[in-house]
Amino acid sequence: MAGIPHDHYEPKTRSQKWLNKRLPILGLLYDTLMIPTPKNLNWMWIWGIVLTFCLALQIVTGIVLAMHYTPHVDMAFASVEHIMRNVNGGHMLRYLHANGSSLFFIAVYAHIFRGLYYGSYKAPREITWIIGMLIYLAMMATAFMGYVLPWGQMSFWGATVITGLFGALPGIGEPIQTWLLGGPAVDNATLNRFFSLHYLLPFVIVGLVGVHIWAFHTTGNNNPTGVEVRRTSKEAAKKDTVPFWPYFVLKDLFALGVIMVIFWAIVGFMPNYLGHPDNYIEANALVTPSHIVPEWYFLPFYAILRAFTADVWVVQLASFITLGVVSAKLFGVLAMFGSIAVLALVPWLDTSYVLSGRYRPMFKWCFGLLVIDFFALIWLGAMPAEEPYSTLSLIASAYWFGYFFIILPLLGIIEKPHTQPETIEDDFNAHYPAKVQVQTSKPTKSPSE
Amino acid sequence: MLKKLSLAIILSLTAFSSPASESKESHIEDIDFSFEGPFGTYDQMQLQRGLQVYTEVCSACHGLQYVPMRTISDEGGPRISQNKMKAYVSEFSVYDEAANQHLLDPVSEEFRALIPTDSFPKINFASAPDLSLMAKARAGFHGPYGTGINQFLKGIGGPEYIASLLTSYTGEEKEEAGVTLYENTTYPGGWIRMGPPLYGDDVEYADGHSTELHDIAEDVSAFLMWTAEPKLNSRKHTGFIAVFFLIVLSGLLYLSNKRIWAPIKHR
Repeated sequence: MAGIPHDHYEPKTRSQKWLNKRLPILGLLYDTLMIPTPKNLNWMWIWGIVLTFCLALQIVTGIVLAMHYTPHVDMAFASVEHIMRNVNGGHMLRYLHANGSSLFFIAVYAHIFRGLYYGSYKAPREITWIIGMLIYLAMMATAFMGYVLPWGQMSFWGATVITGLFGALPGIGEPIQTWLLGGPAVDNATLNRFFSLHYLLPFVIVGLVGVHIWAFHTTGNNNPTGVEVRRTSKEAAKKDTVPFWPYFVLKDLFALGVIMVIFWAIVGFMPNYLGHPDNYIEANALVTPSHIVPEWYFLPFYAILRAFTADVWVVQLASFITLGVVSAKLFGVLAMFGSIAVLALVPWLDTSYVLSGRYRPMFKWCFGLLVIDFFALIWLGAMPAEEPYSTLSLIASAYWFGYFFIILPLLGIIEKPHTQPETIEDDFNAHYPAKVQVQTSKPTKSPSE
Repeated sequence: MLKKLSLAIILSLTAFSSPASESKESHIEDIDFSFEGPFGTYDQMQLQRGLQVYTEVCSACHGLQYVPMRTISDEGGPRISQNKMKAYVSEFSVYDEAANQHLLDPVSEEFRALIPTDSFPKINFASAPDLSLMAKARAGFHGPYGTGINQFLKGIGGPEYIASLLTSYTGEEKEEAGVTLYENTTYPGGWIRMGPPLYGDDVEYADGHSTELHDIAEDVSAFLMWTAEPKLNSRKHTGFIAVFFLIVLSGLLYLSNKRIWAPIKHR
């Protein structure tokens, strides 16, 4: 792979040479594992490994669960109970899989917000970012369809509501909805195709992850300073980097170990905490739950969907301009998809030439607010659609879009960034001063970075 | 039979919407069950008492269609002896024959006796809901402000909901569209179709345990938590082992990481 100059794989033994001539797979593995990695990466750079682990966990547990699950409306719910009661270790597999999706999303949100703060989406890493967004999109589709499979009340009604969103599109909406569902309503055809796609999409994600890794191995990792690794020579690059193996492998594994302690505590001691009680009631088309709530990881976007009601002036304006084509429902749907799509545009919305938020005094505050805004949207998505939550949702949604469409473009022009360190080595040495003197206190690390 | 069936269909169509998982008005008492917290496990004797309450009272109207009958002698459950379990199963009557057609012998056209691998029979009379998963399908207070902190500290609250429901009848009744409704301060909306099933002293326990209303209600709620989550004991055990070894592993990884970085950080 191109990128930072480093030592390449040299086959040594005869068998290595033999293989290398025919398939340079050892070289690929070596270059991937030994990639020069900025040595100043902080603890927010661990999420990639956590995400890779989650993907593997979900695929392994999912494949075994699929061996015992029956995708049929009359049998799906009972087959899940069969897994919980009769399959050896089935209850653990199912709880690992269900809570694994939550860990997956916690990790992906941490990963995305890390990228947003340190400017990992900026040149030359736009492709890495876009592939990442595609992975995130595929994750959401997979998670949504997976939640339908147990065929509980929330499965059924969640599927009804979300597929109903497509029905809001003018003209083509209803045919699309029927096509997605395989019929006029959520039924056996829907369950079957969701099962099929829920099994397929994770492997699409595996492929995308490969491209994601390929892309950032080409550009090199970003790092907390946003300053690029020196590439003039191998020696210069070596001053800024250490090889991924063993330095970051061990660091990441340690972080994964700590996260696994928490994860297994939740799976072992409170596996239903993040679920919804209504999903232990079998799906019933005749009984609508009093609140239909998606899984927690969809709540921010659900809040944005519900925020734009017919009495909001922007919605009325849009409806007036388009002669009523854009109804309140369609506006909400567009806002929801837009709030995700805007993330993919962020490399071109951010006008600042400085990558890392560390050296951007105004950006720091706006970003902090965005994080708070995100948590507020999660909370608001779970609350009933009534005052004061409706107004708060509207404010929070407005900030979400305002951050990307107004603040990011504007900050690059009005903000005066602080001086960045010359090199990664300088930054690292500032944290870990040279000399072997006795250090009583730990070297200071900037908090929350 | 047909009349009974049509009656059941009519009733199920007029059934009230399922209770909300979180309702501000409903009063749910917090009970310290033995199976709460990371180390809590089922109280075997309590499960046996609860099984007795279910058998003698609840099973007249409510089924447990997902619970295999053999599991009542499983570890981590009521764990009655194999012989007792077999006797229990063979004597268990199927009240709702229409809902249990799989028990009909196609040759003799008679209903066969239950065997241990059967699940508890389904019962669809009066649209009484199946109780297999009830303790996980209901929840206590989710707040404050929808944050779930209460459930984090005190558990999801399904068994508490059931125990509270069974003890929260006020004694008021009213008739609506030919159906008698009973006032209940736990049930969302305040009026429930199920008449008070327990009054206290409804059963006689062999172990001499108290048969006051709230004690029976707690026993049967604990039993229903077991029917909903039969692997709770072993799950927590697995969780404990996993957490313990992962802490050890993390400690070792921490030390390895520290050591390997030392020459780079402290030149």
